[in-house]
Amino acid sequence: MNKISVIIKREYVSRVRKKSFIIMTILAPLLMAALVVLLPLLMMNQDGDFKKIAVIENNSDLFKGVIKNTKDAEYVYLENTKVDDLKKTFEKAGYYGILYISPELVNTPNAIQLISKQQPPIGLLQHIESSLKKEIERQKLLSYKIDNLDEIMKNIETNVSIQTIKIDESGSVKETSTGIAMGLAYILGLLMYMLVFIFGAQVMRGVIEEKTSRVVEVIISSVKPLQLMMGKIVGIALVGLTQFLIWIFLTMATVTVLKTTILQKSDPTEITQSVSQNLMSGDQQVAGTTQTADISPQLAEFSKMFDNAMNQPWGLIIICFIFYFITGYFLYASVFAAIGSAVDNETETQQFMLPVTIPIILALMVAIATMQNPESSVSFWCSMIPLTSPIVMMARIPFGVPYWQIAVSMVLMLVTFMGFVWMAAKVYRTGILMYGKKTSWKEMWKWLRYSG
Amino acid sequence: MALFEAKNVTKQYGNQLALDNVSISVPEQCIYGLLGPNGAGKTTLIRIINQITGPDSGELFLNGKKLMPDDVQVIGYLPEERGLYKKMKIGEQALYFAQLKGLSRAEAMKRLKYWFNKLDIIDWWGKKVEELSKGMQQKVQFIITVLHEPKLLIFDEPFTGFDPLNTNIVKNEILFLRERGATIIFSTHNMESVEELCDNITLIDKAKTILEGSVDEIRSQWAANEYDLVFDGDVKIEGNGQYNILNQHKDNNKSIIRMRMTGNINTNDILQTVMKSGNIISFNPALPSMNEIFIRVIEARN
Repeated sequence: MNKISVIIKREYVSRVRKKSFIIMTILAPLLMAALVVLLPLLMMNQDGDFKKIAVIENNSDLFKGVIKNTKDAEYVYLENTKVDDLKKTFEKAGYYGILYISPELVNTPNAIQLISKQQPPIGLLQHIESSLKKEIERQKLLSYKIDNLDEIMKNIETNVSIQTIKIDESGSVKETSTGIAMGLAYILGLLMYMLVFIFGAQVMRGVIEEKTSRVVEVIISSVKPLQLMMGKIVGIALVGLTQFLIWIFLTMATVTVLKTTILQKSDPTEITQSVSQNLMSGDQQVAGTTQTADISPQLAEFSKMFDNAMNQPWGLIIICFIFYFITGYFLYASVFAAIGSAVDNETETQQFMLPVTIPIILALMVAIATMQNPESSVSFWCSMIPLTSPIVMMARIPFGVPYWQIAVSMVLMLVTFMGFVWMAAKVYRTGILMYGKKTSWKEMWKWLRYSG
Repeated sequence: MALFEAKNVTKQYGNQLALDNVSISVPEQCIYGLLGPNGAGKTTLIRIINQITGPDSGELFLNGKKLMPDDVQVIGYLPEERGLYKKMKIGEQALYFAQLKGLSRAEAMKRLKYWFNKLDIIDWWGKKVEELSKGMQQKVQFIITVLHEPKLLIFDEPFTGFDPLNTNIVKNEILFLRERGATIIFSTHNMESVEELCDNITLIDKAKTILEGSVDEIRSQWAANEYDLVFDGDVKIEGNGQYNILNQHKDNNKSIIRMRMTGNINTNDILQTVMKSGNIISFNPALPSMNEIFIRVIEARN
């Protein structure tokens, strides 16, 4: 046991000290945080320039003043100007582009053109589209000659979001959010995939390194091959856990720092607000609702989301994640170790890698499909089959899985996991001492039956 | 008393027999040569002694007791296929291997300092393996092998990669370790070093033991009743009924003659006959070199 800990320590320390590890560990969360904070900023600001847009209507003034100015665009309604004249000179006149509305607009919605030298940002287009749409709808309604139309319009304006409530067997009601469950399923499935794959492959590379540098025979004259294999697998798992913990911590820290520094420069409420508005649709922005009125429903929405997130079975998720991570990782890592032991260099691993990666990729695909349809039979079976269950089951759990299914899946996983480690250890034991021979599956099968 | 014994060891890989009923007995403080052509089964036997693989049948004894898994602590093994972690500093690396052999960190550190100084590589302590010459890497490996002061040392081709100077240093270290009580199993193709170092040998070919015993005994057994006679100056003699001349040649103003006796003959009689031809400088039984014996034995089997 003491020797295994010496091996674990070496595997851990030698990897954690590597420059590539340190760089990855520090850079990845910075990039993540930058993505989390800057992406909405970019989406909101687009290119950040203030734009002046000329609005020209042909022979009518139906849309005069319809498109409201926004923070980064001003809409100048020009009367008595011909489009063709302005086309040549609009840039010199300080306009970003020309919005041309032909009179057939009410009947043919394509009769609208935005002429500009550059590709206009999506936010701008959405704003124009939704403003005009509302106005056209209003005008069409007007033609029905309804009394008090404006009042009625204000009255019927609604925001719709579906609230999903799930009733379990005991009859207790839980408010759930499919969005949250989907997001969680995706993150958990992907995280499992990455952990198993990245660190499993590292185990394989470590084994190959020991074999090609011929250090392995020196080691196994001191320790049992199984100890060496397990020490390596555990050591690398710890490296993975360390990296993830640092990532989580650093990401949160950077997000907080970025939020307090960058965002405070501008008015925070305005930003969060326009971020969410841009992220949803532009509809709310127009139609007379004032900006301050927007904030409270969004805050409510947010706190509801938070409640929903807290309603997830976190205890179960964490227990299952740890269980499936450990068994799944050990299962695949030991197979990777066996493959590493059977080859002389990394290029030879190809033929063995394919059958191993197929179940992992399949699992990821099923996990993504699970988010659309959590109760499908494919999802069910893949969450039972041990090669795919770590990833697929984690994707299913946020949607609710009966306990008996989890239990069956775990038992199957445990049995398979032990079987795989046992077989991998046998192949490994023979493989690490074999040089120069091209190994085949048949050859590996033979190694399985060699005695001690 | 035998420090290590293997009795009737058999090992099979698939259909291939790697060791067929092989027995060796290594006396204490002996340097024991394990010889044989490539693929004879030497490495398999060494791996079995190190408990890297187990035998299909047969028994192994260390100090008269059955070999146990914990005995790896008292065995030191320098494999033929040896290497170090390329990216790891050699000092740390040596510490790691010492700890795997059960030494405490502090104790390992103390001994490593001693050995690194002794073999003159202390300045390289913090260097990575890839920055070292092959000879220096070999020295580190030698230190790793002997650091835990094992009772039984197994060297598989220990001199490959060393220049003559370093070969000599390592040779002397091996003899020094023997003096301090270690028993050494030594596998090599270099027959000169066998003659020089080994007390006993076993020759394995195609999974079977075909020759074993002390080096001196084997050499005189294989001596074909031949003698080397050296005269001062240019001397030629001819064979008679008692001996045949196999060849004679001149070297540095000496005449060297190889002769074979025809029967069990008193050497004094021969000397009395040949001394009439000139001044005799030396008269020695011509022992075959281990190299000759090796080749003759293996070729006879084919």
